Amino acid sequence: MRIMAQVAMVMNLDKCIGCHTCTVTCKQVWTNRPGTEYVYFNNVETKPGVGYPKRYEDQSQWHGGWTLDRKGRLQLKAGSRLRRLLSVFYNPDLPSIDDYGDPWTYDYQTLINAPAGTRNPSAHSISALTGRDMDVKWGSNWDDDLAGGPDHAAGDPDLAGLSDQVKLAFEQVFMFYLPRICEHCLNPSCVAFCPSGAMYKREEDGIVLVDQDRCRGWRFCVSGCPYKKVYFNHRTGKAEKCTLCFPRIEAGQPTICSETCVGRLCYLGLVLYDADKVLTAAATPDPRDLYEAQLSVFLDPDDPGIQAEATRQGIPADWIDAARRSPVHALIARHRVALPLHPEYRTLPMVWYIPPLSPVTDIVHAAGYDDDTPDQIFAAIEALRIPAEYLANLFTAGDPGPVQRVLRTLTAVRAQMRAEQLGQDVPERLAESVGATRTDLADLYRLLAIAKYDERYVIPPAHAEDAGRLMAQHEQLFCAQPGGPDSFHPPAAQEFRDDGGRLHLNLSPQGQS
Amino acid sequence: MSNTSAWQIFVWVALPYLALGIFVVGHIWRWRYDQFGWTSRSTQLQERRLLKWGSPIFHYGTFGAIAGHVIGVLIPERWTRAIGIPESVYRWFSASAGTLAAVLIIAGVVILAGRRLVVPRVRATTSPVDYITLVLLLVIILTGVVPTIFVNLLGHGYDYRTTVAPWFRGLFSGSPDVTAIASAPIVYQVHAASAWLIWAIWPFSRLVHAWSAPLWYLWRPYIVYRSREATPPAEPGTSGRRWRKIGVPY
Repeated sequence: MRIMAQVAMVMNLDKCIGCHTCTVTCKQVWTNRPGTEYVYFNNVETKPGVGYPKRYEDQSQWHGGWTLDRKGRLQLKAGSRLRRLLSVFYNPDLPSIDDYGDPWTYDYQTLINAPAGTRNPSAHSISALTGRDMDVKWGSNWDDDLAGGPDHAAGDPDLAGLSDQVKLAFEQVFMFYLPRICEHCLNPSCVAFCPSGAMYKREEDGIVLVDQDRCRGWRFCVSGCPYKKVYFNHRTGKAEKCTLCFPRIEAGQPTICSETCVGRLCYLGLVLYDADKVLTAAATPDPRDLYEAQLSVFLDPDDPGIQAEATRQGIPADWIDAARRSPVHALIARHRVALPLHPEYRTLPMVWYIPPLSPVTDIVHAAGYDDDTPDQIFAAIEALRIPAEYLANLFTAGDPGPVQRVLRTLTAVRAQMRAEQLGQDVPERLAESVGATRTDLADLYRLLAIAKYDERYVIPPAHAEDAGRLMAQHEQLFCAQPGGPDSFHPPAAQEFRDDGGRLHLNLSPQGQS
Repeated sequence: MSNTSAWQIFVWVALPYLALGIFVVGHIWRWRYDQFGWTSRSTQLQERRLLKWGSPIFHYGTFGAIAGHVIGVLIPERWTRAIGIPESVYRWFSASAGTLAAVLIIAGVVILAGRRLVVPRVRATTSPVDYITLVLLLVIILTGVVPTIFVNLLGHGYDYRTTVAPWFRGLFSGSPDVTAIASAPIVYQVHAASAWLIWAIWPFSRLVHAWSAPLWYLWRPYIVYRSREATPPAEPGTSGRRWRKIGVPY
């Protein structure tokens, strides 16, 4: 067993109002530069909708992520390594800028410089790629709030497999928002695609990053990421991606998208997982079993055996403690209300979503029923093909079972808390019917509804002194040894942990306190 | 050497060594100070229909041309004679394989250069050093293709292995034969001289991406893990090009 820690995220989609504040603050912090005009480390999509870039979820077109070969072994969807190296001169799976939308700005100067007496001047759109006048034809969020629904929403790859009748009824029935950042996968296909070895997953916190100095612009990561969250900077010729705001995470602060989220729908925390099980889980034969397979990779931080083993493998005590308090682990593994986005890509994504209940309640309400009655909601969840099947295409590779279970649990939380707060009798067997206890539902209510800042974001600061360890050892080797090179014997590493679990390194063998 | 002019000495001795020196020192400098600028600078994001044909054709044609130069220039004629390949057979092989590579390169470079000049999105990414490189490449390709097709394939042939090749190899043994190259036809001379110029431009252009051909990818593990490292801040002036400032006009 190889225990690793991962900073993971959960978003509660019921709370997303589609305000794009996360997108705007992310853009201001990270991609407010020429070359990254079209780059959104964080974006919010309306579902149903084609997404950004267009139809990115359709892997039969883009060949992102992993697949199983005929013998059931895990391999990259775009084929063998040799085949990809031979196509390095032209990547057949790379989206063009028109799939994102030609980035543009406006010629604001004409508003100021137009001669007096002319008709009202207007600022024409100019392309950020060429500086020439252009007509805007597509861009991010072009289909926001189902704009152009009949034309665009039908292109949503998640509608595949739903009957035409369901599709037609679809956009009249509901929509919801899907905020997306990089998934910081446990089995990241972008890293596996990178020919230069410039992309890597950090050992300490699992954040996936691009080494800008080693990237050579071969652009396979862009097509290899099934979520299309690696972008090509057209000015520098290098790949860039969501960093999970690692400077903030290292300081124990939430990412800028979470920090500024108006609906406070983001949860950040640690998940402990067994790195030895990752590839087995990713190679699960039936895509519908991938959700359960990924759950089996996670470790229970409350298990004393796991804690002891994690300590032995060098995970600091304060990190283990943070993993125990992690809201993400609670939502994913304890309450099991969060689901992974497109597990069928086999990358084991680590940004999970609580599916929205509001589409169901909207339908029930529109039918003239009381949307507070759990029985009617339960019946609706069972009876409605939408949204359960659509949500299943997003979160469970098409298996509506887990989605229905989560929606029932969310309904039960509402029913129980409503009854408690109005002084009514809590329906018997309500919690039992969703496989939980009354305490579980109360916990879930607290986590979903009233959790404060430090409960939503449980992020242990990085141990900077670990990074300095190597340098300290160098100093020991070359500077601090009496007697010169002949009598030189490197001392055994003298590491010890203090009460807080922080790793220390004494610079002289006698210095251990 | 008495009948060689100063100009000939400059072009056939000084220029190659100067170019080699710039090539070596320039690469060391660029590798140390401009890792961030070291990229293939792909424009596939901006334009893909022409690139789909131009880029693979050009690159694979170039690999053929490089292999041909290794055989024709680096391997002495007496070696191929020693293993029983007469000049006529060599010429036939050189002309046919060379013509195939030449056709590929010409087709590729016409598509790529045309795309770079005509497609506004691609043209906007072109820097001055790209234009210099492109012009040199065009000169080299044209002066390389013309003798291959019109002299060796259709004409009477010219055995460059008795003039150009000995001079070239002589550069590396320290005794370049200036009279040999000086007696070669002008088209070979322009080809050789402009080739040396492009070695001198190489470290400062996007051509450096050739040294980063990611062959290691075939063997390395799929998932790369890295530990956080303590990196001292770069000394002022040594960090190379970084992200551009906000507000740079388009």
